[in-house]
Amino acid sequence: MTTADYDQASLPDLLPLYYRRLFPFSQYHRWLNYGGVTKNYFQNREFSFTLKDDIYVRYQSFSTQNELEKEMQKMNPYKIDIGAVYSHRPNQHNTVKSGSFQALEKELVFDIDMTDYDDVRSCCSGADICPKCWTLMTIAIRILDRALRDDFGFRHCLWVYSGRRGVHCWVCDEAARKLSVAARSAVAEYLSLVKGGDETVRKVVLSDPIHPFITESLTVVENYFSQYALLGQDILGSKEAVDKVLALLPEDVRKKLLQYFQTEKNPEKRWDTIRSMAQDKRMTAKKGHYFEMEIMLQYCYPRLDVNVSKGVNHLLKSPFSVHPKTGRISVPIDLRELDRFDPFEVPTISLICEELDQPKTEEEQDDNMENENKKEAGERRKMRDYKRTSLAKYVKLFDNFLEEMAHSRKGEVLKNSGECNLNP
Amino acid sequence: MQFYSRRKKLIGNSQTEQLYGHCLQFYGQPPIENISLSEFETFAVDRLKLLKTVENLGVSYVKTSELYTKKLDAEEFLPGLNVRNCETDEYEKRRKDHISHFILRLAYCQTEDLRRWFIQQEIDLFRYRFNDLPSKNIGQFLQYNNLHYHTISIDEKKKLMDKLVTSSFAVSGSTVDGKDFYKVPFQDALDLVRTRKVYLNGGYVYIPHQDIVTIVLNDFRTRLSKALALTARSLPAVQSDERLQPLLNHLSHAYVGQDYSIQKSIGKISLEQIDPLSAKSYPLCMRQLHRGLRDSHHLRHGGRMQYGLFLKGIGLTLDQALQFWRSEFVKGKVDADKFDKAYAYSIRHMFGKEGKRTDYTPYSCMKVILSNPPSQGDQHGCPFRHSDPELLKQKLQSYKVSPSGISQILELVKGMHYQLACQKYFELTHSVRTDSGFSLNHPNQYFMESQKLLGGPGAGVKVEVKREDNPATKPPNPSPHQTPGPGNLPQEVAAEITEDLDSFFQDA
Repeated sequence: MTTADYDQASLPDLLPLYYRRLFPFSQYHRWLNYGGVTKNYFQNREFSFTLKDDIYVRYQSFSTQNELEKEMQKMNPYKIDIGAVYSHRPNQHNTVKSGSFQALEKELVFDIDMTDYDDVRSCCSGADICPKCWTLMTIAIRILDRALRDDFGFRHCLWVYSGRRGVHCWVCDEAARKLSVAARSAVAEYLSLVKGGDETVRKVVLSDPIHPFITESLTVVENYFSQYALLGQDILGSKEAVDKVLALLPEDVRKKLLQYFQTEKNPEKRWDTIRSMAQDKRMTAKKGHYFEMEIMLQYCYPRLDVNVSKGVNHLLKSPFSVHPKTGRISVPIDLRELDRFDPFEVPTISLICEELDQPKTEEEQDDNMENENKKEAGERRKMRDYKRTSLAKYVKLFDNFLEEMAHSRKGEVLKNSGECNLNP
Repeated sequence: MQFYSRRKKLIGNSQTEQLYGHCLQFYGQPPIENISLSEFETFAVDRLKLLKTVENLGVSYVKTSELYTKKLDAEEFLPGLNVRNCETDEYEKRRKDHISHFILRLAYCQTEDLRRWFIQQEIDLFRYRFNDLPSKNIGQFLQYNNLHYHTISIDEKKKLMDKLVTSSFAVSGSTVDGKDFYKVPFQDALDLVRTRKVYLNGGYVYIPHQDIVTIVLNDFRTRLSKALALTARSLPAVQSDERLQPLLNHLSHAYVGQDYSIQKSIGKISLEQIDPLSAKSYPLCMRQLHRGLRDSHHLRHGGRMQYGLFLKGIGLTLDQALQFWRSEFVKGKVDADKFDKAYAYSIRHMFGKEGKRTDYTPYSCMKVILSNPPSQGDQHGCPFRHSDPELLKQKLQSYKVSPSGISQILELVKGMHYQLACQKYFELTHSVRTDSGFSLNHPNQYFMESQKLLGGPGAGVKVEVKREDNPATKPPNPSPHQTPGPGNLPQEVAAEITEDLDSFFQDA
């Protein structure tokens, strides 16, 4: 399957098609409604749209799925952001007494951006990505997803490709949505190990005791380090790269290595030496020396923007929204197939619009038979529409995610009513 | 008499059937019974004494040390507020503890400073009581107050041993074995999560016993803080009750700052320096007293107390003080013998070397202003409060204060802002502006700040804090606030109340 050539100029033609026939409104509404448990949860949610010519509108809100559809089909937004659930309908916020209009709840979110790794990747920089550095996202997702699940007990984490150079995580558990600013900030800090900007050379500092979270994260990094860093990024190959690594080491170690590297050129062997030197130091010195771990973390550990996660009212790009620069759809990522995820295979809006025009395959004709019982012909058509495109599998992923959440909710209800003893 | 119920929130259902089911209280619900005015007053004063003790001990001793605990034990016992024994059914004590806490909320909710002070002492008191609870009572307490913190079983501890030890610097293998560990939702332990100082799993942090106190204290602080804010909003309704208003006002004006009893710069001031210091760094009241002493070679009792303790506060040793007073009195009508017989004793008393050996503390502005007003021939008191404005003006003129400065001061005096007037005097005599954080409430503070500015020897800072005391007997005091119009308590009753409180501050 080839990705149809995408041109930003064709967005005005493609977007109407996308919003009329492909955008999964039903699932989208099902998500943000969260089972209708809390009154007005969907109605009080803020959306923001970026329209043609960079016109930005905030405090959009909708009473029903239908209203959402109609509005989006009318406005054809270039970008869609999702904000918080407020105390009142966002589109009426001007009528509310000053001070009463408050952001109440929102998913806990994380934004990992490849540009934050520019100091440690040699293959690309800025907005560019390639299969080599994409591994950083894989590592980030593995580490963070494990921590969110095992350490924090969150069960419903939706990972989404941002459309260009990073990934987002939406933690949708009820407990997560209710977190305060202080709590979100604490979670983000717990997950942060790489600190400092351009002026900081050594961005990871480890000391005793090494917390289990760090140990777990290192285990993940170790799985990828040899292939990604030593081979792919060649961090112990060229002199320039080696110097950067050496800058992170204590003086005496650096001196010894400089000498050693004059004869030993093999990156794997070089790394083994660094590792054993660290282990030796730990045996003999009183203080803990963890510089080999610090290097691994500095080059591979996820770098998240705490400010994105902190704010309850922070707006983040919506899943299934289009990235105007690349045309790619922000699709959910399948964690079961994480190592095989390829951002360059993510469908663009031009591709899926093109696929719409293709004749039906046999598979889809069978599906049609099943759906004959559906009431509306229009609905039928819509369901079939995205199904015949590359978007299908991503909507299915989203469906599974929503199904799990619904299942959880049912479990909670049963547990609370005392009828059934479920193990959490 | 009724309490106005400010919070309708109910904690639990079946658990609150027995009102004082647990010895330690979180003060979630206000009391809803009737009590007499005198019980109201006694409870309040007793608890205030206790909190002041908590404050003083907290400055002198490490808050978790044995010495601290022992001393606080004794203090708590006196007013019958020692509630820590969970085994016996101490209904009366718990009731007093409960009611007195809520009364003081009324008195201490009004300003940020008062709230902060109150919260700090209540937290310290709570920590001291909580630390002493045996394990099972802690569990009861947590349950009783709907704090979902459970201990983990021995098996679970064994399973998690490695993780627990590597998560926290403070936790070793023996800690895990010996102590209880609590499972707390991570939202209640954010600081520990943020800094990764604790083992986190499944949304719960595993906290050793000694740290559960911190968690509970944070909870306590948050609740109390919110409650005080709510109380402040309902205060107008309470204050309109004429019976309560004078008492609450007096309670909250109790001096709550440093006591300046012992200076680090003790002995750093020589007697020759006193005259120049009196002109440069003394507040007006002390300058007046010093002048009076120099002029008539004598001061009456009130003046001797006020000035004598001030001198102790600026760093004079007992020997210096004796020499100072003797040399001055001897120039007058008193010979050395008489001095030694009559006056030396009281100076030694001031320094805690006689009688009860209580180390008395220098008077705060509040005390100088509110108690023991000077009569004819007295030099003590606060000039801004007690001097006739004309005389005050003349005095300021003689001290070379500018005319515009003088009128500013007199304006403040007219508005009854005596301490602000003194602060203005400070600014004018030192040619500075004091910043917004500076709030003058103690003559020794004035001296210290002045010395700091001038780089003098009296600028040493670290102080030990003790109770304010005055061995002398006192005449009854007038109401602290001259609120005009109807609604005042009859003069004697008001005086009685204020005298009771003052007698606490002047432990006879």
